[in-house]
Amino acid sequence: MTASQRQHIAWFAWTIVLVSCLVAIRVLDSQATSSAHEATGGAVDTRFGFTLEESAKRLGVDFVHQGPTFDARLAHIMPQVAAMGAAVAVADFDRDGWQDFYVTNGGEGSLNRLYRNKGDGTFMDVAAQMGVADVNQRSTGVSMGAVWGDYDNDGWDDLFLYRYGRPELFRNEQGQRFTAVSERAGLPKWVNANSATWLDYDRDGRLDLFLAGYWADDIDLWKLETTKIMPESFEYAINGGRKYLLHNRGDGTFEDKAAALGITSRRWTLAVVAADLLGSGYPDLFLSNDYGVSELFSNRQGKGFIDVAQTTGVGRTPKSGMNAAVGDVFNDGRLAIYKTNISETGVLVQGNDLWVPKGGGGASVEYENLASSMGIEHGGWSWGAQFGDLNNDGAQDLYLVNGYVSAGERSSYWYDFAVIAVGHSQIIGDAVNWPAMKGRSLSGYQRKRVWINDGVGRFTDVAQVVGARDTYDGRAVALADLGNRGVLDVIVANQRGPLLIYTNTVVPGRHWIQFELEGTLSNRSAIGARVELHWKNRVQVQELTTASGFSAQNQRRLHYGLGDADAVDRVVIRWPSGRQQTIERPQIDMLHHVKEPFDGAQGRSDGV
Amino acid sequence: MASEAPALVQERAAESRRRVLTLDNRYLPPLLITSILLGAHLSYGILEAWYATALAIVTAIGAELVMGRITYGKWPHPASAYISGISAGILVRSTQLWPYFLVSLLSITSKYVLRVKGRHIWNPTNFGVSAAAFLAPATITVLSIQWGNVVAPMAIIWLLGSVIVWRVGRAHISATYVASFLLFSYVSSVITGNSWLATVAPITGPMYQLFIFFMVTDPKTTVRSKFWQCVVVVLIAFVEMILRLNEILYAPFYALFIVGPIAMLVDLWRGAVKNRVAGDRRSDAIGAPSL
Repeated sequence: MTASQRQHIAWFAWTIVLVSCLVAIRVLDSQATSSAHEATGGAVDTRFGFTLEESAKRLGVDFVHQGPTFDARLAHIMPQVAAMGAAVAVADFDRDGWQDFYVTNGGEGSLNRLYRNKGDGTFMDVAAQMGVADVNQRSTGVSMGAVWGDYDNDGWDDLFLYRYGRPELFRNEQGQRFTAVSERAGLPKWVNANSATWLDYDRDGRLDLFLAGYWADDIDLWKLETTKIMPESFEYAINGGRKYLLHNRGDGTFEDKAAALGITSRRWTLAVVAADLLGSGYPDLFLSNDYGVSELFSNRQGKGFIDVAQTTGVGRTPKSGMNAAVGDVFNDGRLAIYKTNISETGVLVQGNDLWVPKGGGGASVEYENLASSMGIEHGGWSWGAQFGDLNNDGAQDLYLVNGYVSAGERSSYWYDFAVIAVGHSQIIGDAVNWPAMKGRSLSGYQRKRVWINDGVGRFTDVAQVVGARDTYDGRAVALADLGNRGVLDVIVANQRGPLLIYTNTVVPGRHWIQFELEGTLSNRSAIGARVELHWKNRVQVQELTTASGFSAQNQRRLHYGLGDADAVDRVVIRWPSGRQQTIERPQIDMLHHVKEPFDGAQGRSDGV
Repeated sequence: MASEAPALVQERAAESRRRVLTLDNRYLPPLLITSILLGAHLSYGILEAWYATALAIVTAIGAELVMGRITYGKWPHPASAYISGISAGILVRSTQLWPYFLVSLLSITSKYVLRVKGRHIWNPTNFGVSAAAFLAPATITVLSIQWGNVVAPMAIIWLLGSVIVWRVGRAHISATYVASFLLFSYVSSVITGNSWLATVAPITGPMYQLFIFFMVTDPKTTVRSKFWQCVVVVLIAFVEMILRLNEILYAPFYALFIVGPIAMLVDLWRGAVKNRVAGDRRSDAIGAPSL
């Protein structure tokens, strides 16, 4: 064979390789976004064991969120800088046994709502009469979210409101009204916050408060001293707001110990979840940060925090973090962290993260991201997400909302956004350099995701089949059993959109069990309690958190679906105080009130 | 003769010393790009995953060695493939692993398939990245972020890059492109009404540093005369502006993808005509290895 012949044969071979590469790239890309992990269909049906019906108006809820209007120098990009604030937090504030919820508004002069569950299937707004409605003013800032927690251990959930502005603490006066106690409590004067959570970081039996700034604290968004307020980088910004860890002194006052305990981050935090992720028995803090890497603050027995995000793997790749929720997705007693990011075809594909601890966890745990292999990576411009067993089959499902700015349906701001995002800090950091949005959308009108967990590592998106078909700009999602029916209903807060309540109907024959905990030595809300449910050779762990997702709080009751199992072997509760309690064979299909044993007794479980 | 011998020996020794102290031009771009990668990753962790970039590099070098050996019967120098692989590993952003393998393989394969008169007409990495960005928008995006917020590293990369393209005789190409980009950005900002800083923002990012120092200067896929090399990059910047006005994000890659081969074909045609007339042969430009 001559050299020329050899070259001709080789050329044909390489041509086949080249064409194969092109075809493979196209096919693999199609597979990544195909319907392999998505169930579709025309009418709503029950093939996945449940259906969702949007029923807010029928239930008496007619809330529509309004956005704020900041300094005129931000007018050209107002839709994206005033793009948050629709939040929802669930609690039984009046202790009548029915789940109520608080929703925040953002327009200057707009009113927040506190929807009291009347127990007859409808809700009534009592925010004004309870004193928590008129809280959005230019002088004090506007609401970004709220979290319930019984900080004074009087048995009544108090309400902490965080804003782009002055944070506010409302003490619950036995379910009759709320009293603003911020001045006395010694809260910071102004924090541009998008997240906060209650936790008992030092296990002293009193709830402390973690408050995370987004914009820098010295910025008054209504009266800018400079337009150089934007993130200094799209993925490496550290010019955001400071963090506060407000230690509860027990006398109604708080003291900021963040810096003293090692939390000095100035990243742009959008979500936080407090849970014992590293097995110390103390709550760690996972911060989902916009414009940068996540942070995981390891709690050193209440005496300090160390950021272990790098060593554990959860903070190596900078993305646009917006959500922090934990769930036992494999039913093996390990808590995984779900963090949402941005995915926009052809522009930016960060993918959402599901951080699953390798092995059994512990202080030296390393996490791996299994979002792609489990089918929950792509959720558009993702915001809030919550784990919960929506079809009571015994596995934790995942509900995700998304969409940033839905404006002009045929025009997109993405190109301009991507161009400015790559700019150096001197360019991206100054709002005047950002191209005007001019009524264009930015990842708008996105379809939601309801991922059903098969329990062995695969999720399938069934949103369209089960009835979650809205395309609003979703922000917060919270799960709660609003009708005391043994199922999780879904509340969705949309930015500049209506509040949605998806009533859940689960097919007959699926069992469940719920627990409502009350601490004695521990904080009374039992925040931080870890509950292991053992049944049918399975174990599912849940930890009681306040903030979860994005600007959201689920019901405090822990809900477990059991599938067709007709019995539970046992429940092991590790209380925040460190005490452990085991309840053998609790009755199923009912809610159990469990009080922490404090005298060596095994405590009691009162069914209702 | 006897008196000349020591002088000859001294001259040979001096030449030998120069060889040791003077780096072969072929190794300068690989060294620069490796420094950029290591500096950026160690400082800011810019890589999606180090093993993804390693996969891209290994794939590119492996493909080059296999294809070169089979096609020409000899082992090719791996410097060019190394730059292709490392560039693909940096430019491709994906949460999957397969893009790093396929884009690298595609880039190298294009060198052996898309040839006219013995020369490949697309810059290999440009071909691979452009094709992948177009065909796989859901899983592949191209690097489009800053590496950190500090001016100094960026200034160092620009300085080092400039020195190296000057050393390999391609500085005029990079300089002309940058000037054209700035000019057309101004035109673009006038048309769109956006601030000039917003339109020049992309050139401050690392994607453009790779594009300016490694892609448009590729000696194997640029035309032969210095004048026409400058004309071609002006055209690339112009087409890029048109694409940007149509909100096409990866405009520089697509502009080079379109203009580069056309320029090469014209150049080859002009060379053939000249050869026919003068009966002369031109030798290929000598310079740095290609991407």
